[in-house]
Formats: sequence, C-alpha cells, structure tokens
Amino acid sequence: MSYAGWIILTASLVGISCGLVGSLLLLRRMAMMADAISHTVLLGIVTAYLITRELSGIHMLIGSIVAGLMTAILVQWLHAMGVQQEASIGVVFTSLFAIGVVLIATKVGNAHLDVQHTLMGEITFIPWERVELPGGWGIPEAVLMLSIVLLINLAVIIGLYKEWKITSFDPALAASLGLPVMLLHYVFISLVSVTTVASFDAVGAILVVAMLITPAASAYLWTDRLSVMMGLSGLIGVLSAIFGYYIAVWLDASISGSMAFATGVIFLVSIVLSPKHGLLARIIRPASI
Amino acid sequence: MIGLSANAVWVLFSTLILGTAAGIMGTFAYWKRQSLMSDALSHAALPGVVIGFLLTGEKHLPYMIGGAALSALIGAIFIHWIRSSSRIKEDAAMGIILSVFFGLGILLLSLVNRMAGAGQSGLDSFIFGQAAAMVAKDVWVMLGLALLLLGIAVFAFKEWKLYLFDPAFAQGLGLSNRWMNGIYLFSLVLVIVIGIQAVGVILMAALLIIPAVSARYWTHSFGWMVILSAMFGGGSGVVGTLLSVYGKGWPTGPFIVISAACLFLVSLTLGARKGLIVMAIQQHRQRRLLLKPRPRDQQAMERGRSA
Repeated sequence: MSYAGWIILTASLVGISCGLVGSLLLLRRMAMMADAISHTVLLGIVTAYLITRELSGIHMLIGSIVAGLMTAILVQWLHAMGVQQEASIGVVFTSLFAIGVVLIATKVGNAHLDVQHTLMGEITFIPWERVELPGGWGIPEAVLMLSIVLLINLAVIIGLYKEWKITSFDPALAASLGLPVMLLHYVFISLVSVTTVASFDAVGAILVVAMLITPAASAYLWTDRLSVMMGLSGLIGVLSAIFGYYIAVWLDASISGSMAFATGVIFLVSIVLSPKHGLLARIIRPASI
Repeated sequence: MIGLSANAVWVLFSTLILGTAAGIMGTFAYWKRQSLMSDALSHAALPGVVIGFLLTGEKHLPYMIGGAALSALIGAIFIHWIRSSSRIKEDAAMGIILSVFFGLGILLLSLVNRMAGAGQSGLDSFIFGQAAAMVAKDVWVMLGLALLLLGIAVFAFKEWKLYLFDPAFAQGLGLSNRWMNGIYLFSLVLVIVIGIQAVGVILMAALLIIPAVSARYWTHSFGWMVILSAMFGGGSGVVGTLLSVYGKGWPTGPFIVISAACLFLVSLTLGARKGLIVMAIQQHRQRRLLLKPRPRDQQAMERGRSA
C-alpha cells in the first residue's frame, strides 16, 4: 500500500474507534472527562516507560487504563468531598498532566518519547514503523494496534450495547433494574483510555479529543437513533481523516492538526444543514409547526 | 536575590503578578461554575497567538496577546452559539471548540515553523510556557494588564459578589447582566492571554482552577476566598518559576501547576473549614455524641422530649 494509503487507513481506524466510543461519551455528558483522560494517559505512558524502559503496546495499554481509571476515581472522590464536578476534573487532570510533562522533561528526555510527539502525534512516521505478521507481509505497528483496539471496542460495545444504552439514557432505571451502574461506568472509562492511547500515536493527546467528541456531536445532529449515531460518527471520523489529510498535503502542514480542523468543518456543515436541528431547517420550517 | 540574574527577578515578579490575577479570576470562575470554560478558552487562544506572529513576522508580544484574546473570544462566542442554537450540551461544545481550535493552532504552527528563521521564534514555548524567554518589555505589558484586572476586581467587588451569587437579584437592583457577562468574559480572556506565555495554553486553566479550589478549604467568606486564592496563585507562580529557573531550560508551566497542586493537597488535608482532618474530627465527635451523650446533653435531650 502507498504511503498516503497507510496514513489514511491509520487515521480512519482512529476515526471509527473514536466515533463508537465518542457517541456514548457525548450522550453520557462526559465530553470534558474525555479531555481529562486524554491528558492523563500521558502520565500512564510515561510511568509505564519508566518502569519497563521500553515503549511496547501492551505496557502502554495497561499504563493508560490505570491512568484513566485513576482520573475517574480521583474526580469522583473529590466531587464526593464537596468540590464542584467541573472544578474537580480541572484539578485532577491538569495536575497529573503536569507531572507527566515534568517526568518527560527531566527523566525521559532523549528517549522516543517527547512532549511534542505526545501532543501532536507522529502520524508522518507511522508507515515506516512496521511489524511482520505471520502471513509474511508487514503492516505498520500502529495499524495493528488500532485494529486490535477497534475489535475490542466493537466486541465490548456490541456485548454491552443495551446495558450502556439504558445506563446512558436513564441511570436511575438501570440501577433499579439491578444493573451494576458503577462497574459499567468504569468499564466504559477503561474503553475510553484504551481507545485514547491507541489513537495517541496517530493524532496525539489533544487532537484525539477532536476525534472523540466532534464527529459524535455532528452525528448527534443528524439522527435520533444510538446505533445510527455510532455508525455515522465513525463515518464522519473517516471522512475527516481523508479530508484532513488532503488539506495537510495541500498546505504542507501538520497532518493531525488538519484532521482536527476537518472534524470542526464537518461539524459546522452539520449544524447548518442538519435536517431536524440545523439552522437552515429552522429558518425554512418555522417553529410554530 | 542570590544566584538569580536580573532577568530572572523580572520573570519571578511577572509570575507572581500573573498567579495573583489568575487566583482572583479563578475564584470568580469557580462560583460561576465555569472552571473548565477557562480550559477551553486557553486552548482556543493558540491560533490567535500564531496569527499574531504571522502578521508581524516576529515575536511581538502585544500583537500576539491581541490575537490570542480575539481567538479566545471567538471561541467563547462559538461555544455560546453551539449551546443555544443546537441540542449539543455545553460540555460537548467546549470539547469541540477546545480541540478544533487547538488543531487549527497546531496546523498554523507547523506552517510557521516551516518558514525560514522561524525555528527560533519560541512559538513552541506558548504550548508549555517558557517564562525565562520573557524580557522586561513583556513583563511591563503583563503588569499593565494584570493591574487593569486587579482594578476591575477590587473596584467592582460588590457587584461581582451580587452577580455571582444572585444574578436575578442583581438584575432586580438594576445591574445589567449583559454587561456583567461581558466584563466577566473580558477579564477571563485577559488573564488567560497574559498567562499563556509563562504557563502555556494547555496548563493555563490549572492556574485558574486549582488556587480557587484550594482556597475553598480555608474559608466560607467570599472576600477571604478571593484573597487566599490570589495568594496561593502568586505563591505557586513564584515557587514553580524558581524550580524551573534552577533546572536548565525546563518548561515553567508544569512546575507552576505542580506547586499549585501541592498547595491543594495541603489545603485538602489541613484546611480549616472543609479539610479532611477537620471533617474526620467532626465526624468522630458527632459519632461519639450520638453513641454516648454527655450528661449535660442527655439532660437537654430529655428536657426536649418532655416539652
């Protein structure tokens, strides 16, 4: 496959994974929690690196799950201590992120890990870092990892679809039906962390937020069905990846930055053109009907 | 000061001022329940910084601050617009603006870095903050803006209090909510733009959130909370900068945030009003009182029962 093909494939995998998880994030009103987790995952990766002294997929995944769960638990705990929800998210993720950055700046320094990379991703180099598959053909490491994570996401979301649907829309009903709401919440947090860390290499810590929230928000404007919304937001993620890549090629600029920008453009189009909730629809069909 | 160059003293002074201003504005944002708004707005300032740089072709602070303010304001307007004209909730709107504006900023930054001679522009320092890169002129600009902010906060303190705690009553007294909202947003953006050079766009929000939350553990009075939060903010600014100055070229922002986080941990455990230890003692005392009332209380309870 060509260089551009691999990059678009990587970013599309990010788009699909993030679209699936992002739809649930949006409906559970956890958009800023996603932002928090995408920052604290950095600390998880750095810690995993400092302990094992290597950057391998499985260590990064475990580190990120621990960091994500820790963020969620700390936020929950501070909130229970009487701090506002928003403020406790703010305190926890900025502190943990700062620790991560300081560890990189002082301890890791010259390694494969640097701050620039973690923030903006290194999608440009992804096609060259290959692993050999048993079939005899090499694919980029990031593509392999993203495919695995996408499969995990699909399996868990299909397996827990109706449980999450009910806990997202009506947590009280879910609790009264005897569903383990908190456990489901933490499983979901783990899924968000895994998706974030797998997408991390491709788009970086902050731009992964763009892929998580913006396509889901665009899809939310086009449909009222959760399953359609998930599919649609995955599709929008892929479209943003392709569109963003060509903007980047045209301007010779940062690929991940262009992709984040592209999600914003698609969102803007959605908010204007959406058939039910769009601005145009509102002008054409007066509110009285 | 021993071991510090003249420039380092200037830098320390500026982070002190910045921390103070951020502490005050942070308290306002805390009571407006908009802590994360500051996070969204500081990320949204990045494209403006880069465009300010592109317009002048060199690192000229007033232009960059102007650009940052403009793009943060556009971000705020977008968040408001998305929330009011669609069914997207505020938190998602903040996430969208934060990430898309930041992406645009990175896009522009990569264009600038490609330009000849721009590698040394120090624009990257706007992401994590590099207070050491500041010169006396920058400090004067910061100082002026911070004093303006202090003036707004002190001069209209009574109005702020009313506006934050009972907007409906404030409106009833003839205080224009629209104006107060405008001034609030203006001040928030102001403190963000003066801070991003020292702390960076990513961690600027921490300086607005953490001191205010820490101060909440020490007092129930709004006035004292503002003062304490200002002191915590200024203190963490100075300590963080000192740490980063002694390390060679370490970014300032993370160290300032870690100092603030340490102050927060101290407040959380030792805080006189809602701190963990005080709460534990109170709970213990109440539990003992419930299980084994003192004779005096027992008499009082019996009196109450018979009455």
